[in-house]
Amino acid sequence: MAWEWEIFCKETTTGDIIQGCLGKGGDQTYLNWLGSAWAWTLTVALCAMVVAFAMGLLMGTLRTLPPTTATNRWLARLGTAWTELFRNIPILVQLFIWYFVIPAIFTSLKSVPPVVMVVLGLGFFTSSRVSEQIRSGIEALPKGQRYAAMAMGFSTIQSYRLVLLPMALRIVMPPLTSEAMNIIKNSSVAFAVSITELTFFARQSGEETSQPVQMYLAVTILYALSALTVNRVMNWIEVKTRVPGFVGASSAPAAH
Amino acid sequence: MGTIDFGFFNWALIGPYVIKGFYFSLWLTLIATVGGIALGTVLALMRMSSSKTLVLIAATYINTMRSIPLVMVLLWFFLLIPFAIGQPIGAEVSAMVTFVAFEAAFFSEIVRAGIQSIPRGQVTAGQAMGFSYGQNMRLVVLPQAFRNMLPVFLTQTIILFQDTSLVYAISANDLLKGLETAGKNLGRPIEAYLLAAVVYFALCYSLSKLVQRIQKKVQIIR
Repeated sequence: MAWEWEIFCKETTTGDIIQGCLGKGGDQTYLNWLGSAWAWTLTVALCAMVVAFAMGLLMGTLRTLPPTTATNRWLARLGTAWTELFRNIPILVQLFIWYFVIPAIFTSLKSVPPVVMVVLGLGFFTSSRVSEQIRSGIEALPKGQRYAAMAMGFSTIQSYRLVLLPMALRIVMPPLTSEAMNIIKNSSVAFAVSITELTFFARQSGEETSQPVQMYLAVTILYALSALTVNRVMNWIEVKTRVPGFVGASSAPAAH
Repeated sequence: MGTIDFGFFNWALIGPYVIKGFYFSLWLTLIATVGGIALGTVLALMRMSSSKTLVLIAATYINTMRSIPLVMVLLWFFLLIPFAIGQPIGAEVSAMVTFVAFEAAFFSEIVRAGIQSIPRGQVTAGQAMGFSYGQNMRLVVLPQAFRNMLPVFLTQTIILFQDTSLVYAISANDLLKGLETAGKNLGRPIEAYLLAAVVYFALCYSLSKLVQRIQKKVQIIR
């Protein structure tokens, strides 16, 4: 079987092979399209990562508040409700809700670009998983840490910001790394709401060219490459932020 | 505010669209769990074996599956299975094969962690009894490991059930597709998506509560 890689140099509408493989002016080759699809995947995934980590950190922390006041108990319940809501609905269904249902109910949101909705959907979905990790990270800390912070006269916010979270975040770096990789992979569901990312490209270009194997192969490699890069970056952060003598500091740098 | 018509939530109206897809989602979950655990156990044993070739094969397989999105794996299998067997194949069968192959990689990591959680002394005790490798695995290690792993298996199964909705990519007729078709045909797509969210949530939430209770029961206290 001939591989016919020059398929990537074809212009997407006329089907002409373009010299140098990159279309100029208004022309667009499949290679151009692949590049922009990859950019969309990375954009969606990285924005969703920011949303997921921010909301996950907030909600996971709320769930561990000491139940000393009524406000704290309500905030903890809010964190739990958030986590359960976004964890128990499939990502694809959540995406449809963000893309079709929410703009239909709140008509003022119709002008919001679809990609924003996808980022929110993917971000909130993943935030529920991040929140679980953050909560278990905080709960894994010895009780004495919290008591020590209280004994120092720290307010609740101070004890989280200065004592509990800095240690908990270091503990949860490995699971957060796999969540970050999961976002890259889960961003593939955005094809269902017509975001022109890698999976959308794979399906569409595979059909147009009748040579899906080459297209799928290129897309698969780009996904693996992106996930691997995220993995390396997260590991680098983990090693850089390690506190000597504390969690994970004794073990050798993660070998992969 | 748009209008939402809850009259749509009527079994007589949507039942015929949904029931077949719902069965398919459940079947897919069941087959992927059972098949995935079986194949996953084999992969885990390969990965922990002393043969370098077996370790390499298993590790490559697991790492490949884990670094590709499920949607892409679904597309790949849907494309390649007909080539491999020489005849066209339905999206539903293709989805089942894909899920077993894909979930096996994830279950194998759970099995591996489960086996490694068994104290070394158990294995040596088995060897001292004169058990062969197979006997030792079957009679000593795996029963304890599976008991430890049960809650994680069940959690993974809930995630798996959610993931079955991704067969959307190859247009297989599952629960979500059934609801979507009902919504389109009855002119109520918004309500259909809302209903899908409610159904999945109710199922997954109650199952995860059940898993938490099972978890407390099966723990081996040492």
